[in-house]
Amino acid sequence: MELYRAHVLVCGGTGCTSSGSAALIERFDRLLADNGLAKEIKIVRTGCFGLCEAGPIVIVYPEGTFYSRVKVEDVDEIVSEHLIKGRPVRRLIHSDTASPTAPTSLNHIQFYEKQRRVALRNCGVIDPENIDEYIAFDGYQALAKALTEMTPEGVIDQMKKSGLRGRGGGGFPTGLKWEFAYKSKSKQKYVCCNADEGDPGAFMDRSVLEGDPHAVLEAMAIAGYAIGANEGWIYVRAEYPIAVKRLNIAIEQARAYNLLGENIFGTDFSFNINIRLGAGAFVCGEETALMASIEGRRGEPRPRPPFPAVKGLFDSPTILNNVETYANVCQIILNGADWFASMGAEKSKGTKVFALGGKINNTGLVEIEMGTPLREIIFDIGGGIPGGKAFKAVQTGGPSGGCIPSSLIDTPIEYDSLIAIGSMMGSGGMIVMDEDNCMVDIARFFLDFTVDESCGKCPPCRIGTRRMLEILERIVEGKGEEGDIEKLETLAKNIKATALCGLGQTAPNPVLSTLRYFRDEYEAHIKEKRCPAGHCQALLRYTINEKCVGCTACAKACPVQCISGKVKERHAIDQSRCVKCGQCQAKCRFGAVERG
Amino acid sequence: MKTLAELQAIRDRARAQVELRRDDAGTRVVVGMATCGIAAGARPVMLRFVEEINKRALKDVAVSQTGCIGMCRLEPMVEIYTPGAEKVTYVKVTPEMVGRIVAEHIVNGSIVAEYTIGAAEGK
Repeated sequence: MELYRAHVLVCGGTGCTSSGSAALIERFDRLLADNGLAKEIKIVRTGCFGLCEAGPIVIVYPEGTFYSRVKVEDVDEIVSEHLIKGRPVRRLIHSDTASPTAPTSLNHIQFYEKQRRVALRNCGVIDPENIDEYIAFDGYQALAKALTEMTPEGVIDQMKKSGLRGRGGGGFPTGLKWEFAYKSKSKQKYVCCNADEGDPGAFMDRSVLEGDPHAVLEAMAIAGYAIGANEGWIYVRAEYPIAVKRLNIAIEQARAYNLLGENIFGTDFSFNINIRLGAGAFVCGEETALMASIEGRRGEPRPRPPFPAVKGLFDSPTILNNVETYANVCQIILNGADWFASMGAEKSKGTKVFALGGKINNTGLVEIEMGTPLREIIFDIGGGIPGGKAFKAVQTGGPSGGCIPSSLIDTPIEYDSLIAIGSMMGSGGMIVMDEDNCMVDIARFFLDFTVDESCGKCPPCRIGTRRMLEILERIVEGKGEEGDIEKLETLAKNIKATALCGLGQTAPNPVLSTLRYFRDEYEAHIKEKRCPAGHCQALLRYTINEKCVGCTACAKACPVQCISGKVKERHAIDQSRCVKCGQCQAKCRFGAVERG
Repeated sequence: MKTLAELQAIRDRARAQVELRRDDAGTRVVVGMATCGIAAGARPVMLRFVEEINKRALKDVAVSQTGCIGMCRLEPMVEIYTPGAEKVTYVKVTPEMVGRIVAEHIVNGSIVAEYTIGAAEGK
């Protein structure tokens, strides 16, 4: 076993891969070979570090030096300065503080300081394509403990005591779910993993699968032991090629070590895992639709009961948990339910991973203890809003969730507190909005998504959401009428009460929550034909004020030639032909073009 | 995987590989590798440290480099940080001295006084 004096960790998650980390690894390999360092320094391709905004990310151990936005040209300097001479390259070290001396170790970067990583503990630390590294960080110890020291009842008992609730959004207690399936009598049972992550802007599950695939496999095997199943299915989106590849490698490696397969650890427990690729339908994240899709049928939900714990995949008792839920299981078995229950809030134990996106400085993945106020996530960890703009709202729970206004920014993140204010935990997407975002348009965006993704099986969702979308589209185009808000509310109420599955039942939420907190914006659109955020194009008006010197720059830029005026005289915009492209405002050097 | 013991064996073997990335890393051997250090022959010294630590399969030991600490005439310099103890600075280290430092200091915890900065400056 070779000892390396330094490890260079290069992020191989989707974010950093698309910002060019593969080329960095190539360059590192080449330079290390050229300098005869290949035997002293190890290059490791890891999963996501979470700070995708600043990618590609490179970390050098033992110092823990954190480099961000590394370019291929920079690799030469890191090798010649840091790796050969031991002088960290200061200009490349990530800094998120105003301090002149950037912290050199990632442990002191504000983005990480306030986080508590349980589900993500191995992401960005281990090589996900090497089972030995996972084992080195206590991998498969939990499975060993469960199989050799615990009874299935004991495992379920620990899960119940831990207070772990489903991380896919519903928040159903995981232990209880397992217990239902355990109590269902059947020769054949199944363990399923929901990796059909479909909320716009959410990528928690992808990062876990890419960075720590074995944690999910191990947890599924533990679940299989607990409920008496010997077969597992992972339903993962085909749009996640890196995650799929690493899952396949992980399954192969686990089989080679007989950590999956027959008679694991010499016990009579056998467990195998299959992968099924989803074709990108949002509704397949719904449990009954997901199972229908695994079976090879059309991905449509069916009424419940019977619940999957009684009659699920191939009509057998089945449990379905989300990727992040599984990522917590091994830690609970290893460290005990009490350890897990000591984290978080009273009814929401443990941690939660969020994908921060939208108008925020540190776009990326964060894991925080439950009960942390929103403010801390957005301003301390997320680094606040770019460009000095004002924070307006944050959208959680994706198309099923709602918007939380700035007045409620001190709300602690818990399942129940979020529902109380009209949003939900959801799977963990967190989209931050600033003063320029129009809340009516945000509602329209999410509804557009659900209308598109509705499977069409039940009329409330198929027809009802479309009617709602049509009203919203009218409003943002300036054709809203009195009574539209009331119509939206009636439709929303009926759809929530009658839709077949979670997709339809929650589809009106983005509209209801924006109506609750931003009703005045809806009214401004309808009554005054005005968009307070200045976002809705149809309601915009560009005008030229007295500052105009008649330079003609705007008239030349206008793509539809609707600006007229003589040289050195004030120009005017013909509103009937204006397409509101904003070119004139961008070209004007005198601040004479106004938007309103 | 037939037994728990096999899993433990893999873990022990693999842990040595990832030790560097754990927060609780123990002893750190830091070799001065600025221009002065390299010119004075720090590289072979560092390589010998890595080799010795490998040979003895020592755990919780990391070898890293640092820049110039200003006493270029005493290079190659090696500092050893042990948790809970004051750092020890060895000066004018040659590859031949490394074996003793590893055996006596890192393994047995007794400082090789004659190689330290105090001895060199006292002359």
